[in-house]
Amino acid sequence: MSHATHADHGHDHHHGPATLKDGLWPWMMRWISTTNHKDLGTLYLCFAFLMFFIGGLMSLVIRAELFQPGMQLVQPEFFNQMTTMHALVMIFGGVMPAFVGLANWMVPLMIGAGDLALPRVNNWGFWLLPFAFALLLSTLFMDGGAPAGGWTMYPPLVLQTGDAFPFLIFAVHLMGVSSITGSINVAVTILNMRAPGMTLLKMPLFVWTWLITAYLLIATMPVLAGAVTMLLTDRYFGTSFFNAAGGGDPVMFQHIFWFFGHPEVYILILPAFGVVSMIIPTFARKPLFGYSSMVYATASIAFLSFIVWAHHMFTVGMPLAGELFFMFSTMLIAVPTGVKVFNWIATMWRGSMTFETPMLFAVGFVILFTIGGFSGLMLAIAPADFQYHDTYFVVAHFHYVLVPGAVFAIIAGVYYWVPKWTGVMYNEKLGQFHFWWSAFWINVTFFPQHFSGLAGMPRRIPDYAVQFTDFNVISSVGAFAFFFGQFVFIYIMIQCMRGKGEKATDRVWEGAHGLEWTVPSPAPYHTFETPPKVEESETPAHA
Amino acid sequence: MSMSTMQKLAAGFAALLISGSAGAAWDFNMPRGVTEISQEVWNLHMLIFGICTVIAVLVFGVMIWSMLHHRKSKGYKAAQFHHSTTAEVIWTIIPFFILIGMAIPAAGTLIKMEDFSDTDITIKITGYQWKWQYTYLDEGIDFFSSLHPDSNRARQTGAYGWGSSAFDELKKVNDGNYLLEVDNPLVVPVGKKVRLLLTSNDVIHAWGVPDLAIKKDAIPGYINEMWTKIEVPGTYRGQCVELCGRDHGFMPVVVKAVSEEEYRAWVAQQKGVEPAQQVASAASVIAAVASDAVAPAAAAEPAKLSKEQLMAKGKEVYDTQCAACHKPDGSGMPPTFPAIKGGKVSNGPVNAHISQIIKGKNAMPPFGSLSDEQIAAVVTYQRNALGNSTGDVVQPDAVKAAR
Repeated sequence: MSHATHADHGHDHHHGPATLKDGLWPWMMRWISTTNHKDLGTLYLCFAFLMFFIGGLMSLVIRAELFQPGMQLVQPEFFNQMTTMHALVMIFGGVMPAFVGLANWMVPLMIGAGDLALPRVNNWGFWLLPFAFALLLSTLFMDGGAPAGGWTMYPPLVLQTGDAFPFLIFAVHLMGVSSITGSINVAVTILNMRAPGMTLLKMPLFVWTWLITAYLLIATMPVLAGAVTMLLTDRYFGTSFFNAAGGGDPVMFQHIFWFFGHPEVYILILPAFGVVSMIIPTFARKPLFGYSSMVYATASIAFLSFIVWAHHMFTVGMPLAGELFFMFSTMLIAVPTGVKVFNWIATMWRGSMTFETPMLFAVGFVILFTIGGFSGLMLAIAPADFQYHDTYFVVAHFHYVLVPGAVFAIIAGVYYWVPKWTGVMYNEKLGQFHFWWSAFWINVTFFPQHFSGLAGMPRRIPDYAVQFTDFNVISSVGAFAFFFGQFVFIYIMIQCMRGKGEKATDRVWEGAHGLEWTVPSPAPYHTFETPPKVEESETPAHA
Repeated sequence: MSMSTMQKLAAGFAALLISGSAGAAWDFNMPRGVTEISQEVWNLHMLIFGICTVIAVLVFGVMIWSMLHHRKSKGYKAAQFHHSTTAEVIWTIIPFFILIGMAIPAAGTLIKMEDFSDTDITIKITGYQWKWQYTYLDEGIDFFSSLHPDSNRARQTGAYGWGSSAFDELKKVNDGNYLLEVDNPLVVPVGKKVRLLLTSNDVIHAWGVPDLAIKKDAIPGYINEMWTKIEVPGTYRGQCVELCGRDHGFMPVVVKAVSEEEYRAWVAQQKGVEPAQQVASAASVIAAVASDAVAPAAAAEPAKLSKEQLMAKGKEVYDTQCAACHKPDGSGMPPTFPAIKGGKVSNGPVNAHISQIIKGKNAMPPFGSLSDEQIAAVVTYQRNALGNSTGDVVQPDAVKAAR
């Protein structure tokens, strides 16, 4: 017995993760060579927050220039670089890696698996990202500057990019490889490594939404890779895929891009649905309403996302039949999305609610995402879209679904799970302050953009006519206030990582159910080395 | 110290808001516009906005009521229900029927918008980086439409600083139409169905005017079409609405809708021919533009111009076409936009200089759409001003030969 204890002790000492106390080099090598899903989850999340910060700074350049009419700060060329890079950094560097980070941490804990199925692929998938973004961000210092043709990379404009062009293409390739490895890993883990008794329809909704997201990624990322490769050969090898003069078609790029791009929209939002579907039942102390319809609604949205792409292109001059088809199919998405919102509200109905920070962000998500959904429905109406198209109305719409949508869900998830990760509770008062500050200013930033868009202000312009001034002033003030409020979040997280705060219990939240809450807080470096027994009370539809 | 800075900032912000709202009414909504289609689109927009608002009030109402009452702090005990097939079916079917109610009028309007029968006038619109070309196919009129020089000067980086006084100055540019004024507007008659064909010479642009509720992409190698029938005379403004590079924000669209008679007079003036039946109404207009009216005749046999004429014309062309990238003083923005001042091209062989303007190079779009005279003038100007003094005088026939 004493021998066994001794061996265990030695085991912990040798195989535990290296910390800074072991020296800088071993600590660095731990993070570089780690195959542990928790380490990689942390790396993904830290990387995503760095990118959110960089992308946020770019948005401040945009908002500062747009603070009032006239060109005060930058050249139009640089402004276009900022809008392009802001989008690429936020989408591929911020939101996507943040959700992969949450999946890394939580999917194995939720299904009772010891790690992801392919740990070394997991390491590779993450470490591609710093290289991808080093390539992309280095273009800011090149001849001709960073890509300035918009994140959608429409030819022929994107072909006018300077030295940055091949760097843009290869950065997108690397991001795509990283996403594909990450999603294959998540899908394989979910399908093969669930604890006995964790049947598919007992999986937590976050796991379900990620499984579906993984398939969307696997299906569409190669399409994007193909499209950008054709751009590359058009530019350097004399092909004419998208050059009408050589028999190609510039509109074909848009079709291919949006065949990727529309599922991509759901790649950014489905995991958010999952996070919110975990948080609301916990703080309502009531099981999720309509679990199976939530799963089917997610699957329906994923299916529909493949047949609506051309609603991004109503003004390219499609035949009437095409416009009608894409209008109707797009409107149809409102049905499953509505089901989700109604289910969240039915979950809250007659619950016993408390409003800790994760719940605040989740409720904020439901309301503000739904506002983005309404403007989305308006955009689906093709004749009206001719008015909205490429104006600030669109900017307001997608920022509503992405910032108080996807980003709020990420923040909600981090507050919800950080006690499990670090073993300490975050500062609740500061957390609530962070929510109210963010929720207020994000609306100040983006709500007025609906009005400037309806009044006809085009997107992606560095300067504007004087009648758009008021809404732009308000929007800029909101953006700066929102950005600086996020330092509160950074402070709260640093305090948690340093272990400062009230000790968290294993269950953490009174109403929490699920396997992730059955392991100690902080979660040990290795969990579920032997599969757990799945109790009925730890599954979503528990009675 | 910091307090007073903060106060100044706050005061400046307030002043900007006040002067902004005094300058123009706050536009919260889509314009109703001046065509039957734009009115229909506006109705559609309001219908769907109304439906969304009602749904939002109901859904958020229930949610907020629940959040206020079903709280643990009020001692509310959680129910444990988690399923109701009836509820699920209801909230799947009802939205479906609401959507059908939206889809029917939307499809109706869309079908009307795509009806190109019985058009009266056809105008081809070609997008360039960064201006529009309007070609009246029936009349043989053809001209370019660029950002007005006053707006163009005002929009240079650093031309206006921060604060409400700079803003007040900017509001005076082009009589309040800063960035929304062009040198040559598109002129169309009211009450006629005008068919617009769209294409592009370089990258994708989009041509749209909110008051007409039309917007479509101009794509190189393809021709798109749309139509409008304006009911009310007036000037209607829009902008390029598809990112098209550096000066995407600076290629406005201005449409002047005039009465049938005024349109005829304008056409006559553009052609430089007086239709006998319209002498009376057109005479005054033609007199005012007599110098322009002889230009087409002169174009047949390019005349020799004096150096002074070329330099004056060249400065005008330079300021509208070249200064955006190469700067008004010719210093450029190296390395992307090289300096004209002491530049290799503007001090090198004349023919290479002309050819680069016609064909473009790298980030520089081709300017072959300029007239021989304009190119000759700007080449002369670039070689004898902006710090250069080659002494070369280039005549339009040299440009003609180089094409």
